[in-house]
Amino acid sequence: MSAGYTRYHPRWLRPRVSTYWWLRRTSYLAFILRELSSLFVAWAIVLLLLMARAVNSGEAAYLSFLQWASHPAVLTLNIITLSFLALHAITWFNLAPQAMVVKLGKSRVPGALIAGSNYAAWVVVSAGLAWLILSGG
Amino acid sequence: MAERITLQVARYRPETDTEATFQDYEVPCPKEWVVLDGLNYIKDQLDGTLSYRWSCRMGICGSCGMTVNGEPRLTCATFLTDYLPGPIRVEPLRNFPIVRDLVVEIGDFMRKLVRVKPWIIRDHEQPLSDGEYRQTPDELSDYKQFSMCINCMLCYSACPIYGLDPKFVGPAAIALAQRYNLDSRDEGARERLEILSEHEGIWGCTFVGECTKVCPKNVDPAGAIQRYKLHSAVESLKAFFMPRGAP
Repeated sequence: MSAGYTRYHPRWLRPRVSTYWWLRRTSYLAFILRELSSLFVAWAIVLLLLMARAVNSGEAAYLSFLQWASHPAVLTLNIITLSFLALHAITWFNLAPQAMVVKLGKSRVPGALIAGSNYAAWVVVSAGLAWLILSGG
Repeated sequence: MAERITLQVARYRPETDTEATFQDYEVPCPKEWVVLDGLNYIKDQLDGTLSYRWSCRMGICGSCGMTVNGEPRLTCATFLTDYLPGPIRVEPLRNFPIVRDLVVEIGDFMRKLVRVKPWIIRDHEQPLSDGEYRQTPDELSDYKQFSMCINCMLCYSACPIYGLDPKFVGPAAIALAQRYNLDSRDEGARERLEILSEHEGIWGCTFVGECTKVCPKNVDPAGAIQRYKLHSAVESLKAFFMPRGAP
């Protein structure tokens, strides 16, 4: 009989959680990617602030910013950032119905409607911004 | 002759083993048999030393939760024929210490369950002569979903956060706390909020959502936790702006 074992208090086995636990299921991987997307959200904000500072500093600074932003490395980073931002938004919109209970009168608003209204707001805001930028307003 | 299927069952004998091993058993596979029937066949006909928990065989008691081919499942509701030609790997629930074979130690969950006070709390009990506490169907529907929890702990097994940080109160306990918070007869929400607002309470959850996917009773613990977060945030704001309480 092994040391540490007593008849009425058996030795428990405590399996260790693998470092790669997040590769065990697609949903775990999706969760990790969603968490990782927060870094890219932060980068998008930094980029926006850098652009605002360049605009505020005059034409030369803005042109310099544009030149830096068109560098292949920055462009690649921003394409990856855009895909992670889309992942961030889509996953959170899809989860919104679970976190929100909206009632109209006595009946609960269906989850699809809550997620749908989030998507609709996203489209409207994006279209508004696109119109603002493309019309040169 | 009826079809047969192989069960690869995890074995851990604490008196001799330092690691779990797998043992193969071939069992009959009629279409009405579930994994639990296969385990009972092993216990009765092939190897009486196999240990596992079970009771009702009908998805009510929550005793027979195990990991079947990597997924947390109630073995009484998991049909053998769905896994043909096999084999089927049967392991204990993940994220819990293993006592023996397929039996896990559930003391941690039981202690957490008691901490969240899953019972009706009243400031003042009304006398029996006043009759029962009445409730409308709408009031019942507010919490009914969460009352379906059978404490099977599949959600804890699926939750990576609980696996990484066992201090996390966990999905079922929070869902059950929410079940009583939403009950129109209950007045204990404030008491529970103190426990659930701790770092290891609702804020420990990062919304992986697996607890809801594996729940055999469609309780949606992930939803309960997110709603509780919203409630907790609103209460914190109220306490900040109205420290003496609402007028």
